[in-house]
Amino acid sequence: MMTEVLRRTWAMTWKDVTVELRARERVTAMLFFAALVLFIFNFALGPDRDRLAEVAPGLLWLAFLFTGMLGLGRSFQAERENECFEELLLTPGDRESIYFGKLAGNVLFMCMAEAMILPLFGILYNLDIWRHIPALALIAFLGTVGFSTIGTLLAAMTAHLRAREVMLPLLLLPLTVPVVLGSVRATDAILGGGGLADVSHWVKLLVGFDVVFLVVCPLAFEFVLEE
Amino acid sequence: MGGAGAPLPAVSAPVVEVAGLTKVFGRTLALDGVDLSVARGEVVALLGPNGAGKTTLLKLLATALKPTAGGGTVLGEDLLNGRDAIRRRIGMISHNHHLYEELTAGENLHFAAVMHGLRASGARIQKALDEVGLGEQGNGKVRTFSTGMKRRLVIGKMLLFDPDLLFLDEPHNTLDQAAITLLNGYVAAVRARGGAAIVATHNLSRAYDMADRFILMHDGAVTYRTEKSGLLAERLRELYTRHAENGEDGLDASREPRAASHEARGASREASR
Amino acid sequence: MDHPFRLGRALGALAGLVLFVGVYLGLVLVPPDAVQGQVQRIMYLHVPSIVTAYLAFTVTCVASVLYLWKRDLTYDAVAVSSAEIGVVLTGVTLATGCIWGKATWGVWWTWDARLTLTAILFTIYVGYLMLRAFAEEPQAAARYGAVLAILGFLDIPMNHMAVQWWRTLHQPSSILRPGGPSMDPAMLGTLVVNLAGLVLLYTYLLLKRIRLERARHRTVALRLQRGRRG
Repeated sequence: MMTEVLRRTWAMTWKDVTVELRARERVTAMLFFAALVLFIFNFALGPDRDRLAEVAPGLLWLAFLFTGMLGLGRSFQAERENECFEELLLTPGDRESIYFGKLAGNVLFMCMAEAMILPLFGILYNLDIWRHIPALALIAFLGTVGFSTIGTLLAAMTAHLRAREVMLPLLLLPLTVPVVLGSVRATDAILGGGGLADVSHWVKLLVGFDVVFLVVCPLAFEFVLEE
Repeated sequence: MGGAGAPLPAVSAPVVEVAGLTKVFGRTLALDGVDLSVARGEVVALLGPNGAGKTTLLKLLATALKPTAGGGTVLGEDLLNGRDAIRRRIGMISHNHHLYEELTAGENLHFAAVMHGLRASGARIQKALDEVGLGEQGNGKVRTFSTGMKRRLVIGKMLLFDPDLLFLDEPHNTLDQAAITLLNGYVAAVRARGGAAIVATHNLSRAYDMADRFILMHDGAVTYRTEKSGLLAERLRELYTRHAENGEDGLDASREPRAASHEARGASREASR
Repeated sequence: MDHPFRLGRALGALAGLVLFVGVYLGLVLVPPDAVQGQVQRIMYLHVPSIVTAYLAFTVTCVASVLYLWKRDLTYDAVAVSSAEIGVVLTGVTLATGCIWGKATWGVWWTWDARLTLTAILFTIYVGYLMLRAFAEEPQAAARYGAVLAILGFLDIPMNHMAVQWWRTLHQPSSILRPGGPSMDPAMLGTLVVNLAGLVLLYTYLLLKRIRLERARHRTVALRLQRGRRG
């Protein structure tokens, strides 16, 4: 039984990644959007180097989040376009594996985008990020997972809704405040030269958030999918 | 035969036995207290115009929707509590293809098989593709396929699933003759092996060719039932106009199918004099 | 579950009475704060509002869980009714908080922990109501809403931790302190009376709103009944 769950989860992730890599819509859009965001922030905030350095962690995460939401909004795109939602409803077996498969795909795409945004960010804002890569990567991963757990569930929920482009951010952002705050504060401390030990409470919050919603969201997914 | 290996119900047990099925969407009553019984080896056609509730009924039986009221059994499993077991043993061919355009034919089949809980080796998939005449197109992206080819691929998917009960929702739309022949052949094969099929359509001539029994629907309710034996195609058309399009309730007359078809035979003989 | 009319009336009368006493106490009888002056009286509305709002959202979460389990639309009626009142109460908290802030600190808004948290809470449950409004049909609205209400409720403690670690400008809690309340007993008493009054008012409004919702369910069912054949 467990192997079937794993196989289905893997198949779902594989399908999402393959479809995306071939259509190349999502990741391209996410990357261009992120680059645009980073540029515009620069124009909006002015040339003062120090001021930019101060707000840099926040800017980085704004870029991550906007990009992430773009990706999440499209995570059920393939199902919508190919009218495969009905197929998901008819699929036998547990719903959790469908959720985890989708989640893994979303986390993967968001991490891919982040991996490309981070160096760009370092260059554009003249910040030395290379020393801190391991710690930054951990924070980014924990934050991405937390954001994507609720995000995947809400993406499924809003897929059928009127005004879905508005509803997804409206519902997602207030719920993910702990993730945003935790990630930005931790990133700020790390870029400022601190270590993970200094931000252990934030890390614990991120881990706690991830754990809670990794348990609750797959269970709730069933209620979202049914008709 | 037997989907995921589960045994078929006993010979006399019906494949579908539901009563009082009702579905409400917000303020719309899509289905109003429908009773249905389908036996092994039967092909039943649901006939009616758009909005009659045919698709809703199919989806309810396929567990894609939950009934607002009513219940029963499908393949011996309870419609409300045995949904997972039912899903393993049914197949749905609808006018939406449920295929991912960016994947190849082979990949679509493999994905569908794994999600269905089956182990599909490359050989089995190739065999399914061969049987529907897509043996050479296994590596072609579905995006490049014609509608007929896509429908063949769906039939190939059914071959992998090997369902005991087949649902077809307007399956003949936009199909070329070769694909129609393939589809009819597949349905006949399912029937021959002791399975059953339920077809929803408004295409009377196709339904007449395929089905053993006809259930006419209007506005969410069943208005007439009749069997094919002794029924002429023109008579079916007449009944359709009266009961499906105009909504005349003929249920009392059709409650005893044997007597009704006998009468129908007599009446049509009268009419043709 | 249909409460007799008399009970509703009695409850409403009681709520009115207690609130009247509370308001009288708060606005007239109890002396104002030594430091903040008359403005401090707004606390007698501000604090009970948010406490009752939390109560309302707890009820929504419990009712949502029950709905998903039992699928009885009455639970859904409770959930949405409680959420609506909760949103109003949270709005009142925000408004009174802003007014209090303007009078005390000179600004309409500060990003202090409590105010920020209240704003987030407000957004979450306004989102809940919007989600329900945009859902295609009542069953979907109920299901999606229930899931969101549960997510929101689980989120609240983590929001608290996050925002509190991030900021604190608010006076440290004078009631929930280990040594016991440090507030003047008269003020504390007034606060409690107002809280009781507001909770009674909430209950009264909740029952009324649930009745309205269930009447709506019945109307829809009747309309369907009439549309049926024979």
